[in-house]
Amino acid sequence: MKSIKNHFSLVIALVSILFSMQVFMVMDRSVEAYKHNLATQYSVIAVSQKSISKEDLLSFDHLISDVEELKPDSVIKRLNKSMDVKNIELLKLTLPKFYKLHLSKFPTPQEVKRLTKNLLSNNGITKVEDFSSNHNTTYKMLLVFKNIITVFAMTIILVTTLLIFKELRIWQYQHSERMSIMGLFGAPVWLRSAVLFRLAITDALIATFIVFVLFTYLSQDMFILNKLSEIGISVVIFNQVSDTITLLSTAVLLSVFLASMIVLGHKEEV
Amino acid sequence: MDKVIIADNISLSYSGDETIINKASFSINSGDFVFITGASGSGKSTLLKSLFGALKLKEGRLLVGGVELNGVSKSKLNFLRRHIGIVFQDYKLIKEWTIEKNISLPLLINGYDKTVSQNQVDSLLKHVRLTHQSNKYPLELSGGEQQRAAMARALAHNPILILADEPTGNLDDYSSGLIWNLLEGANIQLKTTVIVVTHHIPESLNVKYRHLRIEYGGIHEIN
Repeated sequence: MKSIKNHFSLVIALVSILFSMQVFMVMDRSVEAYKHNLATQYSVIAVSQKSISKEDLLSFDHLISDVEELKPDSVIKRLNKSMDVKNIELLKLTLPKFYKLHLSKFPTPQEVKRLTKNLLSNNGITKVEDFSSNHNTTYKMLLVFKNIITVFAMTIILVTTLLIFKELRIWQYQHSERMSIMGLFGAPVWLRSAVLFRLAITDALIATFIVFVLFTYLSQDMFILNKLSEIGISVVIFNQVSDTITLLSTAVLLSVFLASMIVLGHKEEV
Repeated sequence: MDKVIIADNISLSYSGDETIINKASFSINSGDFVFITGASGSGKSTLLKSLFGALKLKEGRLLVGGVELNGVSKSKLNFLRRHIGIVFQDYKLIKEWTIEKNISLPLLINGYDKTVSQNQVDSLLKHVRLTHQSNKYPLELSGGEQQRAAMARALAHNPILILADEPTGNLDDYSSGLIWNLLEGANIQLKTTVIVVTHHIPESLNVKYRHLRIEYGGIHEIN
């Protein structure tokens, strides 16, 4: 019972930290996936009085990944009935060229501004439609969402770290007597602190295992998977290899750091 | 005869600047049984602490088991302590360990084989009449039983030197008798050097002993 109690407080603190970390990683992946989706759907329309080659347009800004010329046929089709063929041909010649520019990534508002400026500085391009108001709203919402999650995760990590430091004092008190007595009989530092490190590493393993089980379950939960597919993204909620390694390393590092602080802060008392 | 302890003009202060032992010199030979007496606050325990490096000297030179304690390194001090058995007035048993595990501590530190260690612990438990209490924790035992366990721990690794700080201070006659028997046995049979800090030297001892008295900051041999 005493042994379980000894483990309990550190395990709980570590689970909170690992849980926050994993939630943050899932949120980050979701936002990135959503940004990628937006980037593939998002495009800028450039209007030019003269024809511009695809290569030239690609060279205007490194953000441009593909160029598609929009055919004026749909506009002309509407005028077909009221105009004769000769006028339509004349109109075709005078109509400006429309280019749909696909981007390599979801741009920031600053990048959109720069792209527009770069395009307009070239001869021929008279207008650029960047749909910036829609784009800015979506982008800002994404940023706000990501920031809220970051603040939330950081707060949990900060509060839990403070709890761990409180726990450190209790551990220091619990272990200092044993370490002092062992020191009086000539035990080297590694032997004096072996129990402490064993306890810390065991707690790290238990905490990682709890988070592993929890997120393995959540990653297969249909409710969450349906919600993600509703917003059109596919996200790896929990990678059993890489995420486990990240979580385990964090837990072991934190608990070993805690144990080291106790060992370093220990003063021999007689 | 080999000298286990050589103290040359040592001065000690416990806390603050007040010197309680002032430029004292003495030596202790291998196999000696020594009592250190003195009034309360005279510096008996302080002197004992300095002998296992738990207290730094203010001045002078102190050699224990050939190790110079002035500015001794941690590893050298640990090496020295592995060859000393210490009995404390307040027992200093590890509360979360059983009596058996507490007694085996010096054997664990000195890297004894598990079987050898178990045999040695069993034998000591018999000597201190604690076999039936071996799996209990220190706080489940009486003061006398805890002190007997502490004595067994001090003897476990057959040290070259035993330092005991008022080992029978508050004990009943039975526990006191057992402790003196063990100390005598170690001194006579194993030629272990024994230094005991006490207020009263027991009358019924079967061992030849030396008596050092601390008075007014000095250490005097009493014939």
